[in-house]
Amino acid sequence: MATQSRPSSGQRTSFPSPYEQPAPEGAEGWQSLYPYNMLFQPERRAVDEAKFWFCDSQHWPTVLKPFETIGPELSTKCLGQFNTRHFLVPPANGVECRIHQGYVYHHPLTVERDEAAARVPEFRRRAGYYFAHWDALLDNWKRKVLTTIRELEALRFTELPDVQPYEEIERGVGLDATETLLGGYDQLLALCHRAWQYHFEFLNLGYAAYLDLFQACGQWFPGIPDQAVATMVQGVDMELFRPDDELKRLAKLAVELGLEHLLTVPGPGQDTLDAVALAPRGRDWLDAWEAARDPWFNFTSGNGFYADDRYWRDDPALPLGYIRDYVLRLRRGENVDRRVTELVAERDRITGEYAALLDPAQRTDLEAKLRLARKVYPYVENHNFYIEHWSMGVFWRKTRQLSALLHRAGFWPGESDMLYLTRDEARGALFDFASGWARGSAPVGPDHWPPEVERRRRIVRALATRRPEPALNRPPAAVTEPFSIMLWGITSEQVRSWLADCATTGDLRGLAASPGRADGPARIVHSPAELDLVRDGEILVAPVTAPSWAPVFGRIRATVTDIGGVMSHAAIVCREYSLPAVTGTGSASTRIRTGQRILVDGTAGTVTLLD
Amino acid sequence: MTHQHTVAFDSGADPSTARVGGKCAGLLTMTGCGIPVPPGFAVTTDAFDAMLDGGGLRAEIGSLSAGLDLSDTAGTERRTAEIRRLVTERPVPPPVAMAVTAAYQVLGDAGDVPVAVRSSAATEDLPTVSFAGQYDTYLWVRGADAVVDAVRRCWASLWTARAVTYRAANGVSEQGLSMAVGVQRMVDARTAGVALTVNPADGDPSKIVIDAGWGLGGPLVSGEMTPDNYVVDKVLLVPVRTTVSPKHHELVAAPDGSGLVRRAVEEARRTVPCLTPAEVTEVAGLAKNVERHYGCPQDIEWAIARTSTADGDSGPRVLLLQARPETFWSRRPRARAAVVPGAGVSSIADTMLGLGTLPT
Repeated sequence: MATQSRPSSGQRTSFPSPYEQPAPEGAEGWQSLYPYNMLFQPERRAVDEAKFWFCDSQHWPTVLKPFETIGPELSTKCLGQFNTRHFLVPPANGVECRIHQGYVYHHPLTVERDEAAARVPEFRRRAGYYFAHWDALLDNWKRKVLTTIRELEALRFTELPDVQPYEEIERGVGLDATETLLGGYDQLLALCHRAWQYHFEFLNLGYAAYLDLFQACGQWFPGIPDQAVATMVQGVDMELFRPDDELKRLAKLAVELGLEHLLTVPGPGQDTLDAVALAPRGRDWLDAWEAARDPWFNFTSGNGFYADDRYWRDDPALPLGYIRDYVLRLRRGENVDRRVTELVAERDRITGEYAALLDPAQRTDLEAKLRLARKVYPYVENHNFYIEHWSMGVFWRKTRQLSALLHRAGFWPGESDMLYLTRDEARGALFDFASGWARGSAPVGPDHWPPEVERRRRIVRALATRRPEPALNRPPAAVTEPFSIMLWGITSEQVRSWLADCATTGDLRGLAASPGRADGPARIVHSPAELDLVRDGEILVAPVTAPSWAPVFGRIRATVTDIGGVMSHAAIVCREYSLPAVTGTGSASTRIRTGQRILVDGTAGTVTLLD
Repeated sequence: MTHQHTVAFDSGADPSTARVGGKCAGLLTMTGCGIPVPPGFAVTTDAFDAMLDGGGLRAEIGSLSAGLDLSDTAGTERRTAEIRRLVTERPVPPPVAMAVTAAYQVLGDAGDVPVAVRSSAATEDLPTVSFAGQYDTYLWVRGADAVVDAVRRCWASLWTARAVTYRAANGVSEQGLSMAVGVQRMVDARTAGVALTVNPADGDPSKIVIDAGWGLGGPLVSGEMTPDNYVVDKVLLVPVRTTVSPKHHELVAAPDGSGLVRRAVEEARRTVPCLTPAEVTEVAGLAKNVERHYGCPQDIEWAIARTSTADGDSGPRVLLLQARPETFWSRRPRARAAVVPGAGVSSIADTMLGLGTLPT
C-alpha cells in the first residue's frame, strides 16, 4: 500500500481511552443495555486500559441492540476455542471482546514465545490432520451444518393453549406447553452456539494457510500488494456467488419466456409473483424461482449479525428488485455475467509472472503454498453462506417469532422489541410469561418491559448518532497477531494511518483492495435498508459491505469501506465485479457525505475528496 | 553501395545494419515495436565518413593526433581543441546537410521544431566500457542550419581531451573512429525521469523503481535534484511505496520558445507528487514493455509532455527517450529471501512464529 509523506508533528500516538469518552447526549446509562462481561468495567480500568482495542465495524458497523450481543459473544468465544483448545495455534489465542457505546471492540491475545514454541508439535498433529483430511472433514462439516439448520427450522414458538389436551392426561405426559417453549428457546441459543463453533472449525486454519503464502510472497517480493496475493488464491466459482448467479439466471429466463414486462414493474413484490403465476409459461418461471429459493435465497442483505437483517427468502421484494435491474440491463444489451474467463486468465497471468521471477526451488515452494491456499480458500468464503446467511437467517427468523409471541402477550410495544433485552433477560421474560400462563394470572413483564424498552430504544438511537473511534488506547509497536492481520486487516501500517487521519483533514487512505480508478458522487450506506437509495454511477461508501449486496454492484462505480482487509467481503466482491475498492479507511463513512464527489483509486488505496 | 545519410526512427530499418550507433539503434527498435518514442532520425556513420573523407579532414586529424603525448595535459588540450576547430569550421558536405535538413523538416511543419541532438557512437554503452556522457548533447536546437551545426559539433566532441584519453586508457583504437548522431524532437516535459526494472536497493526483480521530477529529466539524471521516488509492483503495476521529495527547480522551455530555462518551482507544486497514480502505472508499464522486449533488466529515460492532459485517453502520455541494459544487479546474485520452505502445517507454524520477529 502507498505510504505518502505523512505529517510528522501534531499527530496522535494513541487512541482515546474508553474510560474517558463521555457518552453521546441522551445515551447516559447505556451500560445497562449490555452484559457485564462485555463492558469496560471501572474495576478493570488498569488492565483494560493497558490493552489496545480495535473497533470491529467490519462485522458490527452499527450500534448493537442488547440481544444482538450474541453475535460478538459467540463468535469471539468460538474463534478462541479453535486457536486455544482445538488446534493450539502457536502464537495466537482468541480475542477479547467489549462493547463500548454500542460498538464492538476486540483485543487479540497473543501467546508468549516459549509457550508458542511448545505448542508446535501438538499444532502440527492436530492441524496437520485437518489439512490432510480437508475434503472428507469438510463434507462432514456440511452435513453437520445442514443438520443444525434443520433443527433450527424445526423450532416452533406458538401460542400457549388454554388447557393442555385431554389425550395428554390419558397418556400421563405430565408436562405442559411451556416445556416446549422454554426448551425451544434454550435449543435456539444452543443451536446458534453450535453454528458458530462450526463457523470457526475450518476458518482459522484456512487463514493460517493463507498467511503462510502471504508471508512468503512478502519475503520473495518485498512490498508485494496484498491484492496480488489475494488474486492468486481467489476462486471464481464459489457458492457464495450462487445467490446472485441465480438472480441472473432468473432474469435471463424471464426474457426467454417473454415475462420481462411483468418483472420490470416499479417496486416489485408478492403481487409480481401473483401476476407471473397467471401469465402463459409463468408457471415455468415460478418453478425456477422456487428451485432457486431453497436454499440460495437464505441470503441476507446484511451480514447475519443483526436481527433486522432482511433475508431474500422472507422478503421477495429484495430478489425481485435485483432481478428487475438485471432484466433492464439485459434489455439494454448489457452482459450481466461475471467475467469468469477474464478473471481466471488474469489470475493465471499474475501467478505466472510472479512465478517467473523466482528460481526453480522457490517456484516449487510458491506452487506448494499456493496449492494449499487455493484448497482452503473456498471454505474461507463459502462458510459465509452456510453460517452467516443460512443458519443465522433461520436463527433470527425464529427469534423474531418468539419476540412477536411475547409482543402479543403485551410484553413490548413493537413486534421485534425483544431485541432490546439481552438473551438472558429474554429467558427471564419468557419464564415470566410461562409462569403467568401456568398460574393463571398476568405476568409482570407487560408492566415492567414497555417503559424499559422505550428507554433502551432512546439510548440505542442516541448511541447511533456517533461513529465509533477506529481503536482505543495505545497501539502496540507492531501488530504481529496473525488473525488481526488476515481477518481484520489490522496492520501496523493501518494503525499509523488511522492515527494520521485523525490529525489531518485531507484525503483518505486505506488498503488497495481492488484495482482501478473511478470518480463520482458518494452514497453513504450505513445499513442494508439504505441500499434502495443507491443510484446508477454512485460510489458506495459504507462502514462495511456484505457479499449479498452484490446486485447493487451492477450500479455503482466503486466502493469505499471503513474497515476490512483485502480478503474482506467488499474486496472480494469488487474484484469479482471488476470495480475499484479501497477498504479499511477507518472513517470514510463519517468523513464523506452523500452527494460529495470523490475519486477512488483502488490501485493506490486512496480516496480523494473532489469537493 | 548506396550511402544513406539519415535513417528515420520510424523507417523500419534494420537497426543492426543501419550504421546508426547504439543509442539510435535502440530508438529504432523501440519505435519499430510500437513503443511511444518521440519522432526523430539518426545521422548515420556514413554521413560522418562523408564529412571526414570528403575534403581530407581525416588525414588532417590523423596528423594532428599522431604522436600525441597524453601525459602532457596542456598539450593534449591544445591539440584536441585544434582538431575540434578543424571539424566545426569545415562545411558539412552538401548531400549530408541536405539529407539532415530534409529529415529535420519532416519532424515539424514550421521547420523550426525544437530537437535534441545527441551523439550515438558505435562504441558508446558497450557492456564493458561505458562511454556514456562522454560526448556532446545539444538540447532545444531549432532550425535546419542550427541542427546541421549541432551534428557537426557532436562529431567534433569525439576529440575532447577527455574522450581521447579515455579511449586510449581503454584500448579503443583511433583508427576507423566513427559516430552517428541522433536528432529527436524535444519533449517539453511537464514531468520526466528514469525507471529501472529492478529495485536498485536489493535487486528485487518484481519491482520497477521510478525517479521523477518536474520539467526535463536532465537535472535529475545528473543528480542535481532529489526526485520523487516510486516503487512499483511489476506484475500489477501498482505503486507499493511512494516517497515525495521537495522539488525546488525545474528545467523547462522558455515561454518565448527561445530555449530552456532553469526556474524555481512555485511553493504549491514543490511537495506535490509529480506523477499521478495513473501515470506511475504508465511509466512502469513502459519500462516493463522495454524489459520484456530485450529480455533483461533495463534502465530507461522517459518524459510526459506538458501538453498532454490529465485525462487524455488519446495517444500515449509517457514517451520513451532512451533505454539501456541495467548493469549492476544483472551481474550480481540477490540475497536469498528467508522463506519457510514447503507448504503445510510445519511451514505454517514456522511462519506464524516468525511474525513477531519480522518488521511489519
